[in-house]
Amino acid sequence: MSFTMEASGLGKQYGHRWALRDCTLAIPAGRVVGLVGPNGAGKTTLLHLAVGLLAPTSGSISVLGANPGDGPAQLGRVGFVAQDTPVYARLSVSQHLRMGAWLNPSWDQVIAETRIEQLGLNLRQRAGTLSGGQRAQLALTLAIAKRPACLILDEPVASLDPLARREFLRSLMEIVAAQGISVVLSSHLIADLERVCDYLVVLVASRVQVAGEVGELLSTHHRLSGPRREASSLPANQEVIEESHTDKQSTFLVRTTDPVLDPAWTVRRVTLDDLVIAYMSLQAAPERAYRPRLRVMS
Amino acid sequence: MIEFQLDTASGVATYLQLVQQVHQALQLGLLEPGDQLPTAQQVVAQLAINPNTVLKAYRDLEREGLVRARPGQGTFIIRSLPRTDPATQTRFLGSMTDWLRSARAAGLGPDDIEAIYRTAFRNCFAEGVA
Repeated sequence: MSFTMEASGLGKQYGHRWALRDCTLAIPAGRVVGLVGPNGAGKTTLLHLAVGLLAPTSGSISVLGANPGDGPAQLGRVGFVAQDTPVYARLSVSQHLRMGAWLNPSWDQVIAETRIEQLGLNLRQRAGTLSGGQRAQLALTLAIAKRPACLILDEPVASLDPLARREFLRSLMEIVAAQGISVVLSSHLIADLERVCDYLVVLVASRVQVAGEVGELLSTHHRLSGPRREASSLPANQEVIEESHTDKQSTFLVRTTDPVLDPAWTVRRVTLDDLVIAYMSLQAAPERAYRPRLRVMS
Repeated sequence: MIEFQLDTASGVATYLQLVQQVHQALQLGLLEPGDQLPTAQQVVAQLAINPNTVLKAYRDLEREGLVRARPGQGTFIIRSLPRTDPATQTRFLGSMTDWLRSARAAGLGPDDIEAIYRTAFRNCFAEGVA
């Protein structure tokens, strides 16, 4: 199996602070991967390590099987759009394309011009006067016209209005459909991720809390509610992600591949939102994430 | 050609919504053998969803023997959905009604019964959702 991104014990330290720590990941190729987590969790650090803008303090990372930023060939295979989709405000749209053509050996002018035309952008307009949505589309155009095998986007839609966001994601998905490229994008907007992503990575407090196929994550997590009981009384095959209790009632979010058969429980399916928030909440009690899954039943 | 709709509030996986909509269109006669389904590219352009989701739905339909992908042309309906035999439906309606009566006689209320039904349904079809 080939991987878009593989990391092992990856860490990045600034002074005494670890921005990313013990990050181990294996993301299969051909996926659209959503990277979520609270602010400061290390998402941008991970993406910058993946494109070679940063060098790891510990561990290793490979993208498409090679070292990030390792020579022109590797740079050409990975497209990157940094946070807030930066463009050069004083350069016109056509000057951006010329710059792209100059800097990228694999530049495809036809792709670039076709997209600019479809978007209805004026070639002579300065990028600084474009709307947020148009700027994001221009940045995406530059990233894909170099024909990358993998596209990495850091919160590309965060500052866009709902319509521009939908248009951007539609463009992105059309590119995926046409070119079959792998995508990794970070975002806080779970509803968007649910639409476009088939793989999810939740990064909390510089560590990967959960990673997997979206469909599998949704079908293996359940919310159980019923008469009050302790988490330790649940079967060993049910991993407790989140729990809350009143004097009479208990509610658990559990992960299990087996059906929940106990008739005392009311079982509800979870949304991607529930799931992400539950894993993000583990930040408060990180030791629980590493609780051993098997325990001796008395 | 049919147009897919997405109900993001339903909690039903996107690919499953596409599969169900093809089933419904077949049952209603909106789709017949020979008809073409929208290409992944078309569905993506309309709904802004992951193309892999569309392909997964089409693979499921192909496994069911309802559609066939012709390389370079698209995905086509190859058979209509067999309607359930009315006699079979009547038989199961009968046994379900008997079961409901006995549950009620045992003191279970509508909520209890619905909870049991939901749990059993989920356990039975869990593999279909995974």
